[in-house]
Amino acid sequence: MDINDVIISIKNLKKSFGTLSVLNGIDIEIEKGENIAVLGRSGSGKSVLIKIISGLLKPDSGTVKVLGREVDKISDAELQKLRLKIGFSFQSSALYDSMSVKQNLEFPLVRNLRNLSRKEVNAAIEEVLSDVGLSQTINQMPSELSGGQKKRIGIARTLILKPEIMLYDEPTSGLDPITSIEINKLIVQVREQYNTTAIIITHDLVCAKETADRVAMLLDGKFLMQGSFEEVFNTDNENVRTFYDYNFINAK
Amino acid sequence: MKVDPEKSEGLPGIKYFISEKTDLFFLTLYNVHKFIIRFFKVAFSPPFEFKEIINQCYQVGYRSLGLISLTGFITGFVFTKQSRPSLSTFGASSWLPSLISIAIIRALAPLVTALIAAGKVGSNMGAELGSMKVTEQIDAMEVSATNPFKFLVSTRILATTLMLPVLVTYTGFVGMMGSYLNVHQNEQTSITAFFKSAFSTITFLDIFSSLLKSVVYGFTIGVAGCYQGYNAQNGTQGVGRAANMAVVLAMFMIFIEEMLIVQVINEFR
Ligand SMILES: Nc1ncnc2c1ncn2[C@@H]1O[C@H](COP(=O)(O)OP(=O)(O)O)[C@@H](O)[C@H]1O
Ligand SMILES: [Mg+2]
Repeated sequence: MDINDVIISIKNLKKSFGTLSVLNGIDIEIEKGENIAVLGRSGSGKSVLIKIISGLLKPDSGTVKVLGREVDKISDAELQKLRLKIGFSFQSSALYDSMSVKQNLEFPLVRNLRNLSRKEVNAAIEEVLSDVGLSQTINQMPSELSGGQKKRIGIARTLILKPEIMLYDEPTSGLDPITSIEINKLIVQVREQYNTTAIIITHDLVCAKETADRVAMLLDGKFLMQGSFEEVFNTDNENVRTFYDYNFINAK
Repeated sequence: MKVDPEKSEGLPGIKYFISEKTDLFFLTLYNVHKFIIRFFKVAFSPPFEFKEIINQCYQVGYRSLGLISLTGFITGFVFTKQSRPSLSTFGASSWLPSLISIAIIRALAPLVTALIAAGKVGSNMGAELGSMKVTEQIDAMEVSATNPFKFLVSTRILATTLMLPVLVTYTGFVGMMGSYLNVHQNEQTSITAFFKSAFSTITFLDIFSSLLKSVVYGFTIGVAGCYQGYNAQNGTQGVGRAANMAVVLAMFMIFIEEMLIVQVINEFR
């Protein structure tokens, strides 16, 4: 595999908060176009990991390279440029609640591509809204949207900058099974349409199975297992088994 | 049980220079100072968020107008009423308008307006930015390659700094009207005679110091509200705390600034 095809490369990443050691030697490489699911229990540092990848948090040690740049070493201006290529879908959706859906979507666009005409901006907004299937919500406020709709608008808001990398933080958590399936489909659709490389953080094994080529299991600050869905879950490790059994309780 | 003096306060094993609270106080001052420097770096470099600045100016004015109208008017009225007996003792109740105008323009209007704005606007900014922080909206702006500090903080600090002089002028006017009402009831003074007498003792320095104060207080309220909101932590609880601390920090700084500005201005009288 050509070195240029590695989009995200993490080596021996460590991060603690005070005395709490959260990540303790993460190693992973993600190739172009690959979608990988990161599994792990609450508080295991999954969100911290993608916050480090997007430069929201700084690692204590180790190297984190995204598109060949070390996120914690580059200048603010370079980080801004890099962030244009990274889409971040927050667990809480993080829609700007004082702004309408339309204003939410144009917020990153008009501030990053300053010479767009009003018409081009509107066209871009309509395009991403129809991609996520929510054209009718354009003038609604976030408080009027359902949980699943918020997730979609959150994703649309990142798609408007045509990212190369998508980071999904628990995209299906708090959603009913039917809405979860729709979100899974959306993630697959985004991958096909925008050619995104993605990290999908989830507890939801259906989501992991549907959306990812590879899964990585985070335990005690390290990736305990990495591989295809079948490889990872065909194991005797008790923590991994518990995860599996809980998700597929009826399949036993 | 033996108490290790170094460990007797706060978290075990952590050393403080003075005590946990004192250290925290100086740390806050240092961080506020860094926050202000960041404001000056960001606020005056293009592109500017004009629309949002105007929106925030409107919010600041709209939020405080009702309460400062009421407070300003009543302050002028009551202050006049209560000063009358002591002046009458010397047969000097005709000095009432000039005494009141000095009190209102030099001291009361800036201070009353600033304290009300700190309570209404400062707490609102603390809560608003605080909830944006804890619901990751600020992080979301950051990862979408936009500058949340510029959009959220700079615009708000500029708005309070620009609007406080306007509000203080308005409070001064309303306060004088309250005073006039009381003077008119008692001494039957006409409005022209009242204002002529009132402004006879007001100097340029009085107006200047009042405006200077209002600019400083406006800046302080914006900084305190935004600083607390922008650094909010720990969920909903943190939002309430940010709103509360915004008011405490703003009022604390306003009183210290009042002391300093009055000392300096008096050097020029
Ligand atoms: N900014 C922060 N400051 C202090 N502790 C943090 C911070 N962010 C996360 N943590 C802690 O790190 C641990 C992992 O958090 P997180 O990555 O959010 O877990 P999850 O795997 O559920 O997403 C938690 O114990 C959390 O309290
Ligand atoms: Mg998380």
